[in-house]
Amino acid sequence: MLYDPGIPRGTALSSENVNIARLYRGLQYVRRVEESVAEIYPSDKIKSPVHLSIGQEAASVAVCDVLEQTDYVSGTYRGHALYLAKGGSLKGMLAEMYGKSGGAAGGKGGSMHLVSQEANVLGASAVVGTNIPIATGAALSMKMQKNGRIVACFFGDGSTEEGAFAESLNFAALKKLPILFVCENNFYAIHEPLSARWATNRLCERVATYGIPTTLIDDDDVLKMHDAARQAVDSIRAGNGPAFIEYQAYRLREHVGPNEDFNQGYRHEDEAAVWRGRDQVARLSEMIDPEERARIDADIETEIDAAVDFAESSPAPAIEELYRHVYAD
Amino acid sequence: MSMQIEQRGRVLPYVHAIREALAQEMKADPSVFVFGLDVDDHKGIQGSTMGLVDEFGAERVFTTPLSEDAMTGAAIGAAMTGMRPVHVHIRMDFMMLAMNQLVNMAAKTHYMYGGAFNVPLVVRSMIGKSWGQGAQHSQGLHAMFAHVPGLKVVAPSNAYDVKGCLIEAIRDNNPVVFMEHRLLYFTEAFVPEESYTVPFGKGRIHGADGEAAADVTLVGVSNMVLECLRTKEILAETGVRCEVVDPISIRPLDFDTIAESARRTGRVIIVDNAWVDFGTSAEIAARIAENDDLRHVQIRRMGYAPTTCPTTPWLEKEFYPNPATIAEAAYALVHPDKPGLSVAPEKVELAYQAQFRGPF
Repeated sequence: MLYDPGIPRGTALSSENVNIARLYRGLQYVRRVEESVAEIYPSDKIKSPVHLSIGQEAASVAVCDVLEQTDYVSGTYRGHALYLAKGGSLKGMLAEMYGKSGGAAGGKGGSMHLVSQEANVLGASAVVGTNIPIATGAALSMKMQKNGRIVACFFGDGSTEEGAFAESLNFAALKKLPILFVCENNFYAIHEPLSARWATNRLCERVATYGIPTTLIDDDDVLKMHDAARQAVDSIRAGNGPAFIEYQAYRLREHVGPNEDFNQGYRHEDEAAVWRGRDQVARLSEMIDPEERARIDADIETEIDAAVDFAESSPAPAIEELYRHVYAD
Repeated sequence: MSMQIEQRGRVLPYVHAIREALAQEMKADPSVFVFGLDVDDHKGIQGSTMGLVDEFGAERVFTTPLSEDAMTGAAIGAAMTGMRPVHVHIRMDFMMLAMNQLVNMAAKTHYMYGGAFNVPLVVRSMIGKSWGQGAQHSQGLHAMFAHVPGLKVVAPSNAYDVKGCLIEAIRDNNPVVFMEHRLLYFTEAFVPEESYTVPFGKGRIHGADGEAAADVTLVGVSNMVLECLRTKEILAETGVRCEVVDPISIRPLDFDTIAESARRTGRVIIVDNAWVDFGTSAEIAARIAENDDLRHVQIRRMGYAPTTCPTTPWLEKEFYPNPATIAEAAYALVHPDKPGLSVAPEKVELAYQAQFRGPF
């Protein structure tokens, strides 16, 4: 069930102790899944609002490459990349988006609430910022259980405006909790730019005042992100408390839905062009052996086809399911 | 059938019963921890967490920053990953700062994630009354929480129930909003020394004394159970016989026990420790009205005045139902054709109120 890239993590192909083929596999996998979702979407078979990660996959892929399977991740409604990168079942994800019984949450959560108990993906939330304290509590739990696990918490730039963000940073730093905070800054909250929302753009400085070490990745560089994540995770596992990474990238599709939206006037294609030029999927694809790349690409397509078939053929939930799971036994 | 309280063990005040429940569960289960502002200070939440930090250590009993929103989320996250947190608020009013996490996350987690994660969380909160508690220290907000599927809400009214319900809440795999009342902290009852649970969704009937059927059912919530029991004594002197129903838990609600008493008496007054409009009393009244077997039942509702709670005692005493106003309402319901009952003020003050001197 779990996502297995079939490429060992330890065999370094670069000086940064990172397996480029494995990272490429992760990026391409998320990209192709989401492109497939966008292709299927007009058919209206997907009964769920989709918030695509296309253009900002690198943070999830790089961080999860560094994490252990037993570590937890927590994310948002724009959470396909994180769910897949951590090893959430693709069949479960697509069936969930189709509203089918074979879905990750039996069709009750949809695209915005992806969850995987097997892969330790704490469920994603559609209320901005609400997953940050939950992830912080999971880190408290790991620390109390002294099990050596850590939590990686992903959220967008909008989340940093919520009170719960500041409250969680303070508590995590106070208790030296094993948590990596990753802000995926894509510069827009729905259609509102940072300039309409932030008094200053010195996010890392703000976080640093809690005594939390911070790193800024301002160019969507997956290798830099991987390096930052490795250092942060090592430090957190050593018991030094939380770390924070601000990762800047660009959402290439609309806030919600399968399309591009540069015709709507709130942002411009010129702005996107800079980020398209840095596309990490294309970059890494040129760094690996073409034969290996072809093999990886073919495997991914096979996996996607199988998952689409699974979602299409998975039965609708039984009517009794409406009342199941309101309370736990 | 409603439950009866066991008359064994020691006589213990409500506050010590809470503390004993916490200590016993923490001893039995290392995943239980208690946190919230002031739980580890020298006053220990009016005694209810006193000394727990010495017994169980600062890792399992600790104060928090004043961050109710994030601390509630942290409790949920810990609960989802193997712990059983008890999060303490010294006033229920402060839970409004935790509303998003409780309603959007705790209540939804098990359902929207298809059963992948549980939230075994207890949120303790206390309602204040008198000595100037006023607008923001006095609210009974249980209806807001009970409205939301996924949450459980309990309001034990005596020392026996508070211990058994708290142990039940800690062992429950769902988020439980646990309502205490500050004035109940001194009230005493027989409390067994050993660990025991009081199940949710089972109410109690304090029946009419003697063999004759009662004339009216009083359904009390939280400390209003005590006010109703005093009302029962007052009305006995007039020949009006009452049954008092204590639902104990608001959600799940033991409507069967309420219906059983209502069927017998034909008259129900619901006395809530909250506002009447859109509240728990409305829910109970609606269920009676919707029940074909209870078409004959007359219903009245009592609760907070539809105002904000004032601090001045001259206005505040008009804000709450009390045994006089409840008795007068019950008497009028039973004897619509007789002159109204007028209860002497000295009969109204309850021992548990007379006992207390401020500040909180």
